[in-house]
Amino acid sequence: MGDIPHRSADAGTGGPHVTPGHARSAGAALSVDPPVTPLDRTPDGAGGHTDDLDPGAGALGGGALPRRRALDAERVFQGFTMAAGMAVLGVIVAIAIFLVARAVPALNANTANFFTYQGWLPNESEPRFGIGALAFGTLLTSFLALLMAVPVALGVALYLSHYAPRRVGTVLGFLVDLLAAVPSVVFGLWGRDYLYGPVRDLSVWLNTYLGWIPIFGGDGPFGRSILLGSLVLAIMVLPIITSLSREVFLQTPTANEEAALALGATRWEMIRIAVLPYGRPGIIGATMLGLGRALGETIALAMTLGIVSTISINIIENGGNTVAANIANAFGEANDVGRGALIASGLVLFAITLVVNMTARAIIHRRREFTETAA
Amino acid sequence: MATRIEATNVTAYYGSFKAIENITLTVEPKTVTALIGPSGCGKSTFLRSINRMHEVVPGARVDGRLTIDGQDIYARDVDVTAVRRMIGMVFQRPNPFPTMSIFENVVAGLRLNGVRRRSVLEEAAERALRAANLWDEVKDRLGKPGAGLSGGQQQRLCIARTIAVEPQVVLMDEPCSALDPISTLAIEDLMFRLKDRYTIIIVTHNMQQAARVSDRTAFFSIERTGEPGRLVEYDDTQKIFSNPREKRTEDYITGRFG
Repeated sequence: MGDIPHRSADAGTGGPHVTPGHARSAGAALSVDPPVTPLDRTPDGAGGHTDDLDPGAGALGGGALPRRRALDAERVFQGFTMAAGMAVLGVIVAIAIFLVARAVPALNANTANFFTYQGWLPNESEPRFGIGALAFGTLLTSFLALLMAVPVALGVALYLSHYAPRRVGTVLGFLVDLLAAVPSVVFGLWGRDYLYGPVRDLSVWLNTYLGWIPIFGGDGPFGRSILLGSLVLAIMVLPIITSLSREVFLQTPTANEEAALALGATRWEMIRIAVLPYGRPGIIGATMLGLGRALGETIALAMTLGIVSTISINIIENGGNTVAANIANAFGEANDVGRGALIASGLVLFAITLVVNMTARAIIHRRREFTETAA
Repeated sequence: MATRIEATNVTAYYGSFKAIENITLTVEPKTVTALIGPSGCGKSTFLRSINRMHEVVPGARVDGRLTIDGQDIYARDVDVTAVRRMIGMVFQRPNPFPTMSIFENVVAGLRLNGVRRRSVLEEAAERALRAANLWDEVKDRLGKPGAGLSGGQQQRLCIARTIAVEPQVVLMDEPCSALDPISTLAIEDLMFRLKDRYTIIIVTHNMQQAARVSDRTAFFSIERTGEPGRLVEYDDTQKIFSNPREKRTEDYITGRFG
């Protein structure tokens, strides 16, 4: 449409404006210098403020160019930003040193294999602890949570961005953001006291009719299970994934949406060929952020899982534990080795998160040829 | 293949703003019709009314009657996607799907129609790209992203994408305004060839272009800002550019106004 502002079509009109700038003599370049503050100005006295800002006047004719100041706002700001950047690096290094220094003695004291032993008994006189069950529980709850949350989140995001009337979209979007602001301990309490009943009933039903599938097997008791923890986790990551995906979907170029519609696409087909492919890297990014939150979620899982450190793919029986939930539950009564062991588990969690993030980046990168030109 | 379009008292709104009022004209099959006029006179709005793209904008609607071969495209039981498949559109800025390869872009419309057979798609893609005069330039890199082509090539890719579904009418909304003169020439040549098979309606700000490519020209104008656009004069292109009936048309094409 002619009435809609178009970006690069107008780019050429910049041309004519450039010429007067050049015509105004080389002095024009000086005006780029940052404005002088009164303090800085004292050395060259009357020389002055106006000369700096008005290139046409005598700055050049006077012979001496205004000198570069030793300490100006530009450098101060540059130094500040660099210091801020370095501070992050410093903090990360300090944390890494602390974690490793505390974890190594505990790992040395471990009488069982850290990677294969299922159990967490680091406070005994012969400490035995293994990360396997915890890491497995962490990955399983997070995976199930994403499995439940992502389809719903994408549905909500598409509804908000492409289907809902504007006013409904705004209100609903606000509610979704509100959901993200609920503290995780509240989710934990709610899951434990309210969601527990329905999940237990559902688990019994699943066990009765689908018990031949290993994940729904077992003899009970049911309810305080991986399923309950994942469900609470899913609700917690839903708002992150929803609001990020919605932002991405809203950024789909109108031109591409119209191209699809003009080819005779229905709304859903338009979403399929224009909106989703364009938003793909954003969807992956949003999912990974959700996964990051799920992997690290502590208190809600500590309150809803059965806290049993064994590797089991059964998702409905009481049980399950995760690295973060274990830290929260075991830290209070841990002795020195116990704390070191928990810190070691924290390092493993950090490594898992790192691998997940790098995988996500690799996925986003793979089709860069197509997505970069999209901008 | 080509089709007559009749507009009767077409009035289009954006919310409460009336963008065009009582446009009545008939477009003959297998001709190129140019819509010209100053900015904001509603020629793009009218163009978008013809394939029901106008109503995509929230709050926008169309009154009046628009028929294609006698069928009212705004009739209550008409499937809007079928209308758009019959009446293709090329936009002002080239808009290939950025995540798709050249090949996928060309066959996007066919895939929407449910064509799945690879051989059929490949044949159709080659046919459309040849018709759009792009085949020789891209035949060795059909798997590369469509957005990696030059602006002129992208626009021809969009034309290929539009004609791949074999529409009866092709609407073009200032298709050359973002292109350099050489790409513009390529697209104009293309229009000349396409009119053997399609009815083409083009919106352009370029008077020479209108004079070069079109058989008929419609001049739209507005009284002043805020007023709806109206059709001032519609006639053979030659007549419009040599001996227009209306004073306002003459003023516009000679550059005295607009």
